[in-house]
Amino acid sequence: MSTKNSEENSSGNQNRRITWEGCSVLLDINDGDRVLFARLTAGSKVKIGDKNCSLQPLIGRPFGSSFQVEVGADGPVLSQIIPNAEGNNLGEKMDDQTMEECRDNRALVDNNTAQSLTGEDIDDMRRKGATGDDIVQALIANSATFEKKTAFSQEKYRIKKQKKYAPRVLLRRPLARSICEAYFKKHAEKIGYLRVDTLSLLLSMANVTAHSDVLVFDMLEGLVTGAVAERLGGMGYVCNPYCGTTPYPVSIVRMFNLSDETCKRIVHARLTELQPSNSGNSTSTDQLVDACNITEQKNENTVSPSPAVDLVNMEESSSGNMETDTNVAAFPKSGNSVKAGKSEDAHREVIESWKENGFSSLIIAAPNMDAWDIAKELVPLLSYSAPFVIYHQYLEPLATCMHNLQSKKMAINLQISEPWLREYQVLPSRTHPHMQMSSSGGYLLSGTRISSNDQAPINTNL
Amino acid sequence: MLLPVDSTEKLSFNRCIMDGDLVIVYERHDVMKPINVSEKGVLQNRFGVFKHSDWIGKPFGSKAFSSKGGFVYLLAPTPELWTLVLSHRTQILYIADISFVIMYLEIVPGCVVLESGTGSGSLTTSLARAVAPNGHVYTFDFHEQRAVSAREDFERTGLSSLVTVGVRDIQGEGFPDEFIGRADSVFLDLPQPWLAIPSAAKMLQQDGVLCSFSPCIEQVQRSCETLKSSFTDIRTFEILLHTYEVREGNLASLQDSDGVLASLKSSKKRPRSTNGQEDSRPQSVMARRIGEVRGHTGYLTFARLSCIG
Ligand SMILES: C[S@@+](CC[C@H](N)C(=O)[O-])C[C@H]1O[C@@H](n2cnc3c(N)ncnc32)[C@H](O)[C@@H]1O
Repeated sequence: MSTKNSEENSSGNQNRRITWEGCSVLLDINDGDRVLFARLTAGSKVKIGDKNCSLQPLIGRPFGSSFQVEVGADGPVLSQIIPNAEGNNLGEKMDDQTMEECRDNRALVDNNTAQSLTGEDIDDMRRKGATGDDIVQALIANSATFEKKTAFSQEKYRIKKQKKYAPRVLLRRPLARSICEAYFKKHAEKIGYLRVDTLSLLLSMANVTAHSDVLVFDMLEGLVTGAVAERLGGMGYVCNPYCGTTPYPVSIVRMFNLSDETCKRIVHARLTELQPSNSGNSTSTDQLVDACNITEQKNENTVSPSPAVDLVNMEESSSGNMETDTNVAAFPKSGNSVKAGKSEDAHREVIESWKENGFSSLIIAAPNMDAWDIAKELVPLLSYSAPFVIYHQYLEPLATCMHNLQSKKMAINLQISEPWLREYQVLPSRTHPHMQMSSSGGYLLSGTRISSNDQAPINTNL
Repeated sequence: MLLPVDSTEKLSFNRCIMDGDLVIVYERHDVMKPINVSEKGVLQNRFGVFKHSDWIGKPFGSKAFSSKGGFVYLLAPTPELWTLVLSHRTQILYIADISFVIMYLEIVPGCVVLESGTGSGSLTTSLARAVAPNGHVYTFDFHEQRAVSAREDFERTGLSSLVTVGVRDIQGEGFPDEFIGRADSVFLDLPQPWLAIPSAAKMLQQDGVLCSFSPCIEQVQRSCETLKSSFTDIRTFEILLHTYEVREGNLASLQDSDGVLASLKSSKKRPRSTNGQEDSRPQSVMARRIGEVRGHTGYLTFARLSCIG
C-alpha cells in the first residue's frame, strides 16, 4: 500500500487554488443571480447574457477572480477584472456619506421618460466598440433622475445596469459549501431541501474525518456522498448501500474536484451483501426494497408543500438558472466512473472488513422514504459507539424512528434537532436581518449505536 | 484517542477499551463525563461504584455495571462529545456554530488553519478533525494558563500532532510572520476582532476565508467596516439549533373527559409491551420543541480575501 504517497496527493485537488484544464468550476454570474457548473476545457463555452463565451481564458486563473465580457475583434471574450481602488464589490460601495444622507425620494417621479438613451443608441455604441462599463456610464449620464436619487438608490441603479450591460462572472471553487448553496438557491427540490447549515451538521454529527468508513444512504443525487468524500481526502471510504438492482444516482459528485484517489473511495454495495449472511431479517429487507422501489413513484404523487411552489415561481422569473445537467453531461469521460456519475462496486475484502468491524458512522438522507424503515436495516451495520444521523424534511418520521430506536435499545444519545439560520445585512446605520429567510432547513435525528446484548451482571471472564 | 491520526490505524470503534484510553461515560444525554481508564481506577456516581478494570477488554459502546447493578455506557470520544464534557475555562462554541464554521471556512484535509483565541479548545478540536491527517491548526491565546490547559487537553484527546498552541497577543501583535500567505482559513473569537483583521488578511492565501465570531452586533459592525478594504463576499449569519422532545402516548378522547382535566397518558421512554386491549386507539408519537434553549450565541461573519490578479 502506498499510503504515504496517497496522503501527499490526496487533498491536492480539492485544495488547489488555481484552475487547471479539466477542472470543475462554479461560475457565479452577477452576484449569484445565475450559477452554473462547468468543466474547463479549451473548447467549453458558456452563454452569458446574449453572448457565447469560451471558457479558455479561465484556465490557469486563481479561484476567486472575476471576469467581464468584452467584445474583441474575434467576438466576445471573458477578460479578468483587476480590482482597483474603485472597489470590486457589486454591492459594497456604500460609504459613510450615506449615513448623513440629506436627499430623499420625494421629488422622484418614476416614468419611462427619465432615460434619454434609447435601445438603438446603445446598439450603436456597441457597434462602435463601447465596453459594458462605457454603456453603464452613458446610461447614468443620460438619466434625468439619477442626480436626484439617494446615494443608496444611485448605487442600486448602477448595479442594475451593470448586471445587464456588463455582466460579471466570478470563478468559485466547487466545494460542498458552494455546491449545496447553489442547489438550494435554484433547485432545492433536487437536494431534498437540504440547507447548507444542515449539511454541515450531518458531517459533524457523523464524525466524518480522514480514515473513516462512512455508510451514506444518499437519495439526494450524491450531494451528501460528495460532501463526505471531500472530508475524507482520499483516506477511508464512502459506501452507498442500495436495495433493488441499481445503485442510486450520484451525479452531483462530478461537480466536486475530487482527486482520482478520493473517487476510488466512493463505492456502492447492495444492502444484502453488507448484512450478515445468515441474517433472519430478510422480510424486513424485502419491505425496504419495496419502499425503495416505490420512491420514484411516490416522488410524483407527493403533494408539493408550498416551498416547492415558491421555488418553481422563482425559477420561472429568473431568466437563467443552473444548467448543471446540460453542462455536466458534456463533461469529458475521464475513465473514472465516479466522474462519470456512478460509483464502483465495493471490493469483496472491503465488504468483509465492514461486516467484521462495522462502519464508523452512518448518514441517511432520503426525503421520500420512511426513516425507521432504513434505520432499522442500517444502524445494525455500525460498530458499537458509532454515531449516526438521519436527515428528513418532516419531523414525524424522525419522531417515530427515534421512539423505535429507543424502545428497541438500539441507540442512545438520541436527539432530534432543527437548525435555524438567519443572515444579516451589515451596513453603517442600516444593519438588520435579511428580509427573506429559509424557514426550514429540515430536521436531524442523531444518536450513538450501542451494543444491545449486554446483560447484568457482566461477562465474568473479562 | 479522538481521531485516527496515524494512517495505519483505521477509525474503527470496534476496538476494545484498553488501559489509558479516554472514554466518555454516558449516564444520560445531559450527564456525561470524560474518564481516562486506569487498571486501579474507580468511578463513583449515583449508580454506585464502577471499577475501571471491569471495562478493560470490552468494546466501546458497551454497558458497564456497578457493584449495585446500576449501569452507564462507555463511549468512544468524538469532537461532539468532547465539546459536551470539556472543562469550561471560557465561553465555548457549540455544535451548530462549529459545524457551520468548518463548512463555510472551506476546510478540507490538508488545510492550514489559524485560530485565536484558543479559549477552551472546543472549536479547535473540530478544526483538527477537519484538517487531519496532514493539515495543521495553529491556535493562539494570550492567556498563558489557558494555553497550557489547552495543550494538556489536546494531549489527552490525542490531537497534539495536529494542533500547535501559541501564547501571543493577536490583537496587539497579529499572527506570526512565518504564516504570511500560508493560511487556508483564519478564525477569530476575540473581543476586538477588527484589530486582528489586517494581520489575518496578510496570513491568508488568495480567496482564503476568514471567520469572526462575536456576541454583539457592535463588534460585527466594526469588523465589517475593517473587512471592506481587502475582503469580498462579506456575510454575517446567526445559527441556532432547536431540539425536540418525543413522547409516545394517548391523548384523552372527548368521551373520557367527563369532569376531569385530561392529562396525557404518557409512556415516555418506557416501551409499552402491553398487548391488553384496554385502549383501542393507537399510540401516537408526538414531538415538541424543548422549552428553554440558547437563544443567542453570537454572530458569524465570513469574508473572502480579494483576488488581486
Ligand atoms: C471566548 S474564548 C474562545 C473560545 C473558543 N472559541 C472555544 O470554542 O473554546 C476567547 C479567548 O480569547 C482570548 N483572547 C482575548 N484577547 C486576546 C488577544 N488579544 N490575543 C489572544 N487571545 C486573546 C481569551 O484569553 C479567551 O481565551
